[in-house]
Amino acid sequence: MKQLVIPALLALLIAGCSSTPDTGDQQTGAPVESRGDSGVATVTAGNMDARKLPPELTDPKSILSKRSVYFDYDKFDVKAEYKDLVAAHAKFLSNNRQFKMLVQGNTDERGSREYNLALGQKRADAIKRTLTMLGAREDQVEAVSLGEEKPKNEGQNEAAWAENRRGDMLYSGEF
Amino acid sequence: MLRPLLRLRSLGLIVCSTFALLQTPAYAELTIEITGSGANKIPVAIADFGGDTGAGRAVTSVIRSDLERSGLFRLVDTAGVAMTEATAPNYGDWKSRGADALAAGSLGPAGDGRQEARFQLYDVTRQTGLGGTAFVAPAPRLRAVGHRIADMIYEKLTGEPGVFATRIAYVVKSGAARYELHIADADGQNAQAALTSREPIISPTWSPDGTRIAYVSFENKKPIVYVHTLATGQRVVVANFKGSNSAPAWSADGRKLAVVLSKDGGSQIFTVNADGSGVQKITNGPSINTEPFFSPDGQSIYFTSDRGGSPQIYRSGLGGGDAQRVTFEGSYNVSPRISPDGKTLAFITRRESGFRLAVMDLASRQVQVLTDSYKDESPTFAPNSRMILIATDTGGRGVLSAVSVDGRIKQRLSIPAGDVREPAWGPFAK
Repeated sequence: MKQLVIPALLALLIAGCSSTPDTGDQQTGAPVESRGDSGVATVTAGNMDARKLPPELTDPKSILSKRSVYFDYDKFDVKAEYKDLVAAHAKFLSNNRQFKMLVQGNTDERGSREYNLALGQKRADAIKRTLTMLGAREDQVEAVSLGEEKPKNEGQNEAAWAENRRGDMLYSGEF
Repeated sequence: MLRPLLRLRSLGLIVCSTFALLQTPAYAELTIEITGSGANKIPVAIADFGGDTGAGRAVTSVIRSDLERSGLFRLVDTAGVAMTEATAPNYGDWKSRGADALAAGSLGPAGDGRQEARFQLYDVTRQTGLGGTAFVAPAPRLRAVGHRIADMIYEKLTGEPGVFATRIAYVVKSGAARYELHIADADGQNAQAALTSREPIISPTWSPDGTRIAYVSFENKKPIVYVHTLATGQRVVVANFKGSNSAPAWSADGRKLAVVLSKDGGSQIFTVNADGSGVQKITNGPSINTEPFFSPDGQSIYFTSDRGGSPQIYRSGLGGGDAQRVTFEGSYNVSPRISPDGKTLAFITRRESGFRLAVMDLASRQVQVLTDSYKDESPTFAPNSRMILIATDTGGRGVLSAVSVDGRIKQRLSIPAGDVREPAWGPFAK
């Protein structure tokens, strides 16, 4: 994270106050720009490092390499076709208690960003509930929402929106 | 016809300036396009400021474009006139030119390389002076002086405070993974980045004193609420609980924020002190409760909930008691914001499959849909309660749109090749 030291400079550079009477009214000393923040410092947000995962989580032949659960429009239940996938991850978490998982819920782009964040949370919560029912420990799984902010498909059509109504299961090191 | 020029409280000022002579990085600036304007415009003449002609031209140009952009004024031609604040106006001449009001002024050296701008405003119809003022500023800040003078003219002629000297915040997305929180003057100039990130930034909102902005950043792969002091870049994590943390809203005194946390499952509204301490739960139940917004009197919170089966706006007293439903028309009403004067609720409504800006007069409960867009988002009131800034979409690109509360005046603010979203209008400049 990098920070500029503009504000400190600002404090040093404050100039003296000079005033000129107007044509009649009383005097005040209000500066044109007394906002102490007339300088804006730029902050750069950092990234996290990825770590190595065991092959069973990444081998394309392993069901555990699949991480996405898709949802119907305005629906928040894990559909039957994804039960095996979620069950496999629940079993992995149950056998590997040192692993933690972040479940990220997503929505399509239509509507309010904050309301979509709440809808994505419902999807993530549903996946987490299934995982814990099937053996994952509550403290192994964190359910969060990315709302409409991280679309997998940026298109503005039904096919794109369907790809974006999704929950992703990520292991420590992948997020 | 001009409505009577309003007499205001004594506004004469002696102004001193404390400016930093800093060069800051230049960012793509918003360009503003007027797409609708008021019906009855006040004809006003702004004579070319005399004295230092270069500086005078710069200040005159800022005043004229501010007033014209507001949609409430028509600029009267001032060709061939050479006058300053010291010249007695020829009222007959200005009347024949069609002006109801006239401003004249000059720029001159104030020492230290700074410039002094003086001006006077006149009511041409009544043939009286309306007062004047003087501002001192270094040359790089003359635009701010122009905004201050435009604010004074606006207030004396309309009776409402102007917002030309205020600032706005918004998020610019460029490319696949570059997000910047920008702070700019209300006319889109002087844009500076307060935060740059590879991950999304949403829901910026100004502290009541204009020194801090709360927002949601996804830089750690989940939504976390920060409070960011603009002058120093110092950031405080206000809410980083297990799950999602979002939707910050400041209390009127700037000491607390309402936030939405999913730490207990679902999305519920909590309040938290601005330093992250003292978390208190406000809403309960199985439904979504989000997008909190404090009423200006601090007595209640407006929010969005799906407790009735579809997302609607509700109001809850902070002292307890049941929440009351506020919106009833349509199946999707979200993003409540109350005007600073407490009279108007702005929100986004889904009508004919488009997401549109609507306002409700809180006294009569009358609803008016102000746009015919398909993707309006994130309304934010100007501090004078007269305009609402929203994010919308033009040809697949995010732009901002400023809409007057009566829906007549419309301006579009865009950045070439950039996606602009998540506007937040700052408070009055101190």
